[in-house]
Amino acid sequence: MIAELGHYALILALGLALIQGTLPIVGLRSGDATLVGMAVPTALAQFFFVAFAFAALAVCYATSDFSVLNVYENSNSAMPLIYRLTSVWGNHEGSMMLWVFILTLFGASVAAFGGNLPASLRVNALAVQAWIAAAFHLFIVATSNPFLRIADAPFEGRDLNPILQDPGLAFHPPFLYLGYVGFSIAFSFAIAALLEGRIDAAWARWVRPWVLGAWMCLTLGIAGGSYWAYYELGWGGFWFWDPVENASLMPWLAGTALLHSAVVMEKRGALKVWTILLAIIAFSLSLIGTFLVRSGVLTSVHAFATDPTRGVFILAILILFIGGALSLYAWRAPLLKQGGLFAPISREGALVLNNLFLTTACATVFVGTLYPLALEALTGAKISVGAPFFNATFVPLMVPVLVAMPFGPLLGWKRGDLVGATQRLLAALMLAAVAVAAGFALQHGGPVLAPFGVGLAVFVMAGALIDIAERTMVLRVPLGSALRRAAGLPRSAWGTALAHFGMGVTLMGIVGVTAWGGERIAALKPGEAIDISHYRLTFDGLLQRPGPNYRDVVGHFTVRRASGDLVGAMEPSRRSFPSRNMATTEAALMTRGLSQIYLSLGDPTPDGAVPVHLYFKPQVLMIWLGAVIMFVGGGLSLSDRRLRIGAPRPAKAPAALQAAE
Amino acid sequence: MTRKRRRLVLIGGGLVVLAIAVALMLNAFRDAIVFFNSPTDVAEKHIAPGTRIRLGGMVKTGTLERGDNLKVRFEVTDGSRDMAVAYQGVLPDLFREGQGVVAEGTLDAAGVFKADTILAKHDETYMPKEVADALKKSGHWKDDYGQRAAVPVAGARK
Repeated sequence: MIAELGHYALILALGLALIQGTLPIVGLRSGDATLVGMAVPTALAQFFFVAFAFAALAVCYATSDFSVLNVYENSNSAMPLIYRLTSVWGNHEGSMMLWVFILTLFGASVAAFGGNLPASLRVNALAVQAWIAAAFHLFIVATSNPFLRIADAPFEGRDLNPILQDPGLAFHPPFLYLGYVGFSIAFSFAIAALLEGRIDAAWARWVRPWVLGAWMCLTLGIAGGSYWAYYELGWGGFWFWDPVENASLMPWLAGTALLHSAVVMEKRGALKVWTILLAIIAFSLSLIGTFLVRSGVLTSVHAFATDPTRGVFILAILILFIGGALSLYAWRAPLLKQGGLFAPISREGALVLNNLFLTTACATVFVGTLYPLALEALTGAKISVGAPFFNATFVPLMVPVLVAMPFGPLLGWKRGDLVGATQRLLAALMLAAVAVAAGFALQHGGPVLAPFGVGLAVFVMAGALIDIAERTMVLRVPLGSALRRAAGLPRSAWGTALAHFGMGVTLMGIVGVTAWGGERIAALKPGEAIDISHYRLTFDGLLQRPGPNYRDVVGHFTVRRASGDLVGAMEPSRRSFPSRNMATTEAALMTRGLSQIYLSLGDPTPDGAVPVHLYFKPQVLMIWLGAVIMFVGGGLSLSDRRLRIGAPRPAKAPAALQAAE
Repeated sequence: MTRKRRRLVLIGGGLVVLAIAVALMLNAFRDAIVFFNSPTDVAEKHIAPGTRIRLGGMVKTGTLERGDNLKVRFEVTDGSRDMAVAYQGVLPDLFREGQGVVAEGTLDAAGVFKADTILAKHDETYMPKEVADALKKSGHWKDDYGQRAAVPVAGARK
């Protein structure tokens, strides 16, 4: 019964989306206030019904209702409740439900908190939002219905894919989708602005909090996915340049560019046409990401041909929205008025540089991800484009962005003083030089570029600190007055500095683990030991340990320092799931400061030895720590009074504050 | 600076960055991509030793030999031709005889494929798509390959 109610609610939501997408627009044209007024309640009701449908599916999972095909295929009554619930989005149908749930959540938030938006902008944006929602509701109902029943209900479900039974999967997809789908708001506002043919700095002020929120969630979602892949897949890598990962990185790059160009638009009224384009691109890349992951085109160009409905349906959505949006852009963008002038060396100039390189880097990821698909479709040749390609294209394009990063916030609007900024960054440059020298002195046999990477990371981090130091004039005025200045700084300034600092932290982690990581492979018998870095691991033996729906074969290892001091124990395991006849590798991690020892087991060999794969990962935690710092920085900026959702204030007062820097 | 000059600077800067990106990509496409081949492809295309490729096919039943220090040798077959593969390291969870495999590495002078990476996609069907295509091409595809996940494989492990 609950499944049927959920199905029905979803169809109602589709109907409401169609109403929300048409009648208020008609009302706007004909001046009918009643029709215009329908936009907000329909958006709220649509969210209510989608939330109901989503909750219905969750209840089916929680109660292990195996008469529902989707539950039967992806759940098992022996799984703990938390994994029964997270398996709601551990499959195609359920993850599309999560997608529309978040989409309508955002639509409802615009409806609920957008009271101070111009009426026509809000109605148009809600209409665009409704069209996106309608397309995806239809997609779910027509091709991916999660509420289908089985005539003879089985007693037990087939279980969730074991590698998805993990706490990391509980929060990674929702955050990723909050990010992906969050960009739909920027998209809807961009289309609404193009429809109206009018755009001003206030537009950027309304859109920026949404973009910032989406960007924060996407940052955390990508970092969460990366950490999950790191410890769950047992290979110890933090990023594989896998198409699915690239699909999430592309919207992040475009979204980061959008975040920065929206600043220029808000503060200086420039780059309007470009910002609108970026808003369209960021969400288009989210749609392309959804298409890549959800159509099955990645696992096989041919699977696309054998089960074409889903792929073709999403492709149609893709062409409709991206093609439509870009056509509208080409037609209407020339109508938008030009903004203020600025010299190339200025805050605006730095942000333009950031945008140029970020979008170009994004384009290289795009080409690298889609080229194999295109080549196979056209010539039949199969290639793999992996890390070497991206190291040779993406990485060099990101270096200028990172070098320019500390300069940007120190340059003035309109016309900046590069020499002055360099002088103020002198301390950071010197620290970076010391770091490079120290890197060369300390490393033996590492890559030549690694010390420069460390130097760059130090420069970015120190640059962020100098930004705050300059603003508070610490060391130049008495401490009390500096503290007063610090308290008076807009939170968005703290947010910027923190997010930039976080980027430096992540970079440091990436350089450390890539350049100085250690790796050992060996087959060990009980009593034998293996050394890595300053540690010695002794293999004590194997033991069996049952779990709720799996069985663990655990290897027990004692970790000692080279000097003999006991550090602790590590227990990697091989986990077999009888319901799926699959086994996973559960790596053991031991955190030492910001570094980790990473140990995974292979299948025991016939002579009783156990293959072990042992890594030393220096500074690896900084990669994700940096992402968390970026998230916090974004949150600080979001909490800034001037940016708070629903509370835009006139630009005058804060702009005057900014000018005083 | 006039509006027109500013636009020229912007467009010029954009074109320069784009040109750099295109140059980087063309360069990377020459060196950094890896072609997929079946054992038959390797024989027919006369792939030179030292060229980095991906080799895909089925692990031929009864050919897996384990040596000291996690060295393994096995043969990859596409039904028509076999090819010897040598690898050192921990084999992935889904590696087993009679199942699909993709190995990345280079051919040595003796015609043995030295793999440095063995890929097993975490896929329920245990069949990398390239391998499925190669088997279909050589006419050795069996329709039940895709359903392997449902067939008990107890004993195959160890």
